[in-house]
Amino acid sequence: MNVRSQIAMTFHLDKCIGCHTCSIACKNIWTDRKGTEYMWWNNVETKPGTGYPALWEDQDKFKGGWEKSKGKLRLKSTGKGRIVANIFHNPSQPSMDDYYEPWTYDYQNLFNAPEGDDQPTAVPISMVTGEYMDIESGPNWDDDLSGTPAYARNDPNLSTLTDQQRQQLTAIEQMVFFYFPRICNHCLNPACVASCPSGALYKRGEDGIVLVDQKRCRAWRSCIAACPYKKVFYNWSTGKSEKCILCYPRIETGQAPACFHSCVGRIRYLGVLLYDADRIEEVARLSDEALIEGHRSMILDPNDEKVIAAAKENGIQESIIKAAQESPVYQFVKVWKLALPPHIEYRTLPMLFYVPPMSPVMATRKNGALKSVTDDFFHDIEESRVPLEFLGNLFGAGQTAPVLYALKKQKAVRWYRRAVTVGDVTMETAKKMLAAADCSVEEAEAIYQLTSLCTVDDRFVIPPSHREEALEAFQDPMQRKQEAGFGFISGPHRGL
Amino acid sequence: MDSSGLLFDQILFGVFPYVALFTFFFVTIQRYRVQKFTFSSLSSQFLENKTHFWGMVPFHYGLIAVLTGHTVMMLFPKLVLNWNSVPVRLYVLEATMFAFAALSFIGVIALIRRRLKHSKVRMVTSKADWVLLFFLVLQIVIGLYMALFNRWGSSWFPGAMTPYLWSLAEFSPNVSYISALPLMVKLHVINAFVLIGIFPFTRLVHVLVVPNHFLFRRHQVVRWYKNRKLIAGERDRS
Ligand code: SF4
Ligand code: SF4
Repeated sequence: MNVRSQIAMTFHLDKCIGCHTCSIACKNIWTDRKGTEYMWWNNVETKPGTGYPALWEDQDKFKGGWEKSKGKLRLKSTGKGRIVANIFHNPSQPSMDDYYEPWTYDYQNLFNAPEGDDQPTAVPISMVTGEYMDIESGPNWDDDLSGTPAYARNDPNLSTLTDQQRQQLTAIEQMVFFYFPRICNHCLNPACVASCPSGALYKRGEDGIVLVDQKRCRAWRSCIAACPYKKVFYNWSTGKSEKCILCYPRIETGQAPACFHSCVGRIRYLGVLLYDADRIEEVARLSDEALIEGHRSMILDPNDEKVIAAAKENGIQESIIKAAQESPVYQFVKVWKLALPPHIEYRTLPMLFYVPPMSPVMATRKNGALKSVTDDFFHDIEESRVPLEFLGNLFGAGQTAPVLYALKKQKAVRWYRRAVTVGDVTMETAKKMLAAADCSVEEAEAIYQLTSLCTVDDRFVIPPSHREEALEAFQDPMQRKQEAGFGFISGPHRGL
Repeated sequence: MDSSGLLFDQILFGVFPYVALFTFFFVTIQRYRVQKFTFSSLSSQFLENKTHFWGMVPFHYGLIAVLTGHTVMMLFPKLVLNWNSVPVRLYVLEATMFAFAALSFIGVIALIRRRLKHSKVRMVTSKADWVLLFFLVLQIVIGLYMALFNRWGSSWFPGAMTPYLWSLAEFSPNVSYISALPLMVKLHVINAFVLIGIFPFTRLVHVLVVPNHFLFRRHQVVRWYKNRKLIAGERDRS
């Protein structure tokens, strides 16, 4: 057992209101520079929809993530063998057209336009070339556009649905959508890191944050194609790749990342997970059906004596183990099994987990009359407007069972709370539902608590970063005093 | 040849190469130390992805093949001469090399066209890029000319150029090997050293950072800010 700690995340999709506050918070801090205008390290998509960059989930096109070939894992895009052939031109790299061309407006024209019969307009100007341009797409361009032929109907997750299910998703008055906020998943088996010819991308050992070393990045762009979530971006001005840094300067000072902190729906949770790093390869090679369970089994119980001992052996501090024990993410992912990894079939083992959203019930059953409580309490989940298969493709590697489990539990908890506070459901019914959803009363209370009444401190359990133990701390500032002076940690070498 | 011509040759072929090489090494090292961030090629595939392939791929593969040819002729002149002793083999070699050179020419023209045509790509094109492109095109054109009109390069290179280049490498430049060669050949040599001299000031530096350890490293890269064993040791002691 090789215990490592990871800052992991949960997004509770049932609470996301699609306000994009998270995206703006991130943009204002990190990507307001030249070359990054088009980047949204955090973006919020409407599902069904094509997303940003358009059709990022279409791995036939973008070749992101890993694939199994003869029992071995290899990158779908530029694996080692093909890197030489593809180094001058990366065939699966998205271009700016797949995102959008960033623009501003010629506001001066509003003031300077000569007098005329028409109102002056602020014409859009490209932020790349500075020339006038026609806007063809933008970030969140398919926002709320459920049912549209160009966007919603092209969602790659619809591929396994029947025609009837598709029609149901797009029929007027039946239309439905939910929001899907996305950031880098800070994966355990990151394809971006594995693909980098220069070794510029790396995972931080202490907290698992995945970063790009700007000095080592040589613009080979392999990571951009390799990340199946398209969460590494190319800065066209500096010629370097950039990505979500999980606001590590904030985390190291005990603050939640900006998108987490600003989230209006309070859907975001952040905490430590302990995992067994020896099992990464093995789990990433599992069959699609076994992936979710395998991924979950890598996450270790922070209260288990053996795990604690192994963690300490690996230099993980008490404070981090304590944070892992209090981690809200651990509850959602491992204990309650409510939160699921997105597209784990890409085999990067993401460390961001989503609680799948509840959706409206089919409203036209039986001449428009809704069924009330029936003996099978959960019929409406299987018949809900967002087909389970769709959610299964997103969060279950094509399996509906894990999604169904999470939705049932969510519904049971709701009905249980209805029995407690409203009283229109009998406690007996509620308890039957809880039992059917594999949930105890205590668990239901805890879920309710962490979902609805959570404070900032409940949502974000951020361990201290222990910078005092960083490598520099072990270097004696006096070591090179005679040769170079106080504080020098490398000798006064000259020339090469 | 009169003495002023000889002096001229001495400066061009006996002194200038060293100036170029010195600039190359000095500036490259300095740039790597001070401006490591800039040590890459500024890829513009992201801004224009449709014609990128048609320029980049022929240009690079063509150039790599041609440069390899030059290197082999310099390092193993006998091998090349032996190979060429059968005429058919000589023709095959020359034709192949010409094809690669032509490929790189087509590629570089496509790249220039791309840089001129697409306003987005123009935004990331610097003056140094144009200077470099000028000398590159010049070099390729002269090379193609020589292949056609100063035949057969692979036969006279080992006799004339190889000893000259070795004399340079041994720090006793012997320009007499060069003096009698046709003008175009001389131009090609001078321009080669110009390219070496401007190398560190341009995007060419990306050649030096080609990924070599990638093929051998493990998939995942993890960096620790703490020395875990050391920390555990400290804790045990206290
Ligand atoms: S989502 Fe995973 S593969 Fe993509 S950039 Fe983040 S760590 Fe890398
Ligand atoms: S701020 Fe929160 S609620 Fe608003 S879109 Fe982002 S994730 Fe959703």
